[in-house]
Amino acid sequence: MKLLTHNMLTSHVKGVTKGYPLLIKATEVKVSEVEFNPQFVSRMIPKLEWSALVQAAEEVGHLNDLPTELLPDYENNEEFLRKVHRVLLEVEVLEGSLRCPESGREFPISRGIPNMLLNEDEA
Amino acid sequence: MDNNKSLLLNIYAFLWSKSVMLQLKSKRNFFLYRSAFELWGQGRTHNELQSSLRKYPLEKMAPFTQRESTYKINVYTFNKTLVFQERIKKIDTLEFLPFQGKVSLKNPDHIFFLLEDYGSDPNNIPDEPLHVYFGRWIADGQRELIRSHSVKKRHFIGNTSMEAGLSFIMANHARVKAHDLVCDPFVGSGSLLVACSHFGAYVCGTDIDYNIVHGIGKASRKNQKWRGPDENIRANLRQYGTEHLYIDVLVSDSSKAIWREGPLFDAVVTDPPYGIRESTRRTGSQKEIGKPPEDLSGESHVPVSMVYQLSDIFTDLLRFAAHYLVMGGRLVYWLPVYRPEYRDEIVPQHPCLRLVSNCEQTLSSHTSRRLITMEKVKEVEDSDELALLLDSRFRPYRGHNAFREKYFSGVSKRRGKAEQSSSSDGGTDPQSE
Repeated sequence: MKLLTHNMLTSHVKGVTKGYPLLIKATEVKVSEVEFNPQFVSRMIPKLEWSALVQAAEEVGHLNDLPTELLPDYENNEEFLRKVHRVLLEVEVLEGSLRCPESGREFPISRGIPNMLLNEDEA
Repeated sequence: MDNNKSLLLNIYAFLWSKSVMLQLKSKRNFFLYRSAFELWGQGRTHNELQSSLRKYPLEKMAPFTQRESTYKINVYTFNKTLVFQERIKKIDTLEFLPFQGKVSLKNPDHIFFLLEDYGSDPNNIPDEPLHVYFGRWIADGQRELIRSHSVKKRHFIGNTSMEAGLSFIMANHARVKAHDLVCDPFVGSGSLLVACSHFGAYVCGTDIDYNIVHGIGKASRKNQKWRGPDENIRANLRQYGTEHLYIDVLVSDSSKAIWREGPLFDAVVTDPPYGIRESTRRTGSQKEIGKPPEDLSGESHVPVSMVYQLSDIFTDLLRFAAHYLVMGGRLVYWLPVYRPEYRDEIVPQHPCLRLVSNCEQTLSSHTSRRLITMEKVKEVEDSDELALLLDSRFRPYRGHNAFREKYFSGVSKRRGKAEQSSSSDGGTDPQSE
C-alpha cells in the first residue's frame, strides 16, 4: 500500500464519524525507485490531506525532511516535488494494518494489499 | 505523411463515438492506438466518393493492389445496420478500383474500409449515409499494439479479462490521459487498468474477491494449476512496462465507501459483474446465500456475502462516480441489456452525471451490453440523496432480469470476425485473437 492510497482511505465502520485518517501499523515497509513525474505529483497535491500525509510518513518511519506544511508555489519547486513523490509513491507498506481511529477496528495489509472488507455486523 | 490523404483515425472509436470524427475533422492527431488509416477518398454520397477515389493517384494505390497480394474490404456503418446483401452491393460499387489481386477473407495482405456515417441519432436514421469514406487500414501499428496487449500473452488472466481492443476503447471514451488517476471499482484481473496505463494514467482498483486481487487460486488459463506469485495485476503492468503507474489494488466492497469524500479520480473505468461468470457479491447482514471463496492462505477473513442485486450495482457505481470523480471526469462501464425490453430511459441516471454516449455490443439475439459513458457535471449535494430516492428517473436498473436467463441458455456468442463485411453495432471485433 502506497501512502498516496492511504491518504484517500477512510474507515467506514458503521457509526464512525471520525474515521480519517486511518492509523498505520507497519511491520514491513519497502522503498523502491519509481519514475519521477512532476506533473502527476503537482496534480495530486491539491487532492491530498497534507497533515495526514505527514502523519503517515512519520508512522512508517519515512518522514525525513518532508515539510510539515505545504509549500506555496510548489508546482515549480522540483526539490519539493521529489520529496512528495518519494513519500507518495516510493514508500510502500507490505505487511501491517490500518486502524480506525474511532472504533479501533483493524484492516490488515498483506503482500501490499489492504483488505477493507467489513463483517456483516460492522457494515 | 501527406496530411490530406493520411489521417490518423481510430477505427473503433469511429464506430463507437461520433466525437472522434469531429476531432478528426479538426485535424487533431490520434496517436492513441499508434495506428493509421490512409484515406483514399470521401464524399457525402457514393458518387462523390467515386470521384474522390478516381482522383487518388494510381501510383499511391499500386503497392496495395498488386496481383500477388490479397485484400478484403470491410463495410462499416455507423448508426445503422445493413443486411449482408446490402453490404455486398456497396462493395460492388467499388468495382472500378484497380485491384489486381484476389480477395482473402481469412488473412488478407491488405484490409480496406468503406465507412458509412449515418449520423448519431439512433431514432432518426437516414436512408442514405451522411458521409462515406474509403481507405486502407494500415494494419501493422494497430495489430502490433493489440498483439502486444493480447490477453493470451498476458501473464495473469481472470475469467473476465476483456479483449485488448475493447479495453482501449473504454479508456478512450473516458479520455484517459497521462498524469490522470483512474480507478476501477470492479478491477478483477486488471485488464482495464493495463489499458488505462497505456495512456500514461496512474491506476488503482478494488475488488471484493480477495483471491483475484492477490492472484491466488484456480488458474483461468487451461493447463495451468496454480497462479504463480507473479500472477497478479501488478505483474501485468510490469509485463507491459507500466509498473511505475501502478498505485494500489485493494480488497473492498464497492457498495461501501472506503474513500475520503471529494474529487479524487479523473476517470472511473469498469466492467461490473453481470452475475454470470463471476458471482456478484457484497457484504451485508442477510443470511449466507453463496459459499465464501476458498482462501488458500487462510489468513484473511472473507465475510459472508449476500447476492448483490444487479440493479444495485449500477446505483452504487453511479453514486461512486458522482462522489469521487473530479468535475468533468468520466465514468465508463458496461451495462447488460435484455434487448426485447430495452428502452433508452432505463439506462441508469444520476443528478450529477450527464450521459455522453451509449453504444451497443450485441451478444446474442436477446442480449447485449452497452458501453455507457457519463461525465460529472455537478458536485454532490444533500438534495441529491432525496432525489435519488424519490425521482423515478433514478430508480434502480431493472434491465437485467431476463439477461441472466438468456445468457445461461447458451445463445450468447459474440459474432465471429472473418466476414467480408461487418456492421457497426454487430460487435464484430476483427482484431480479437
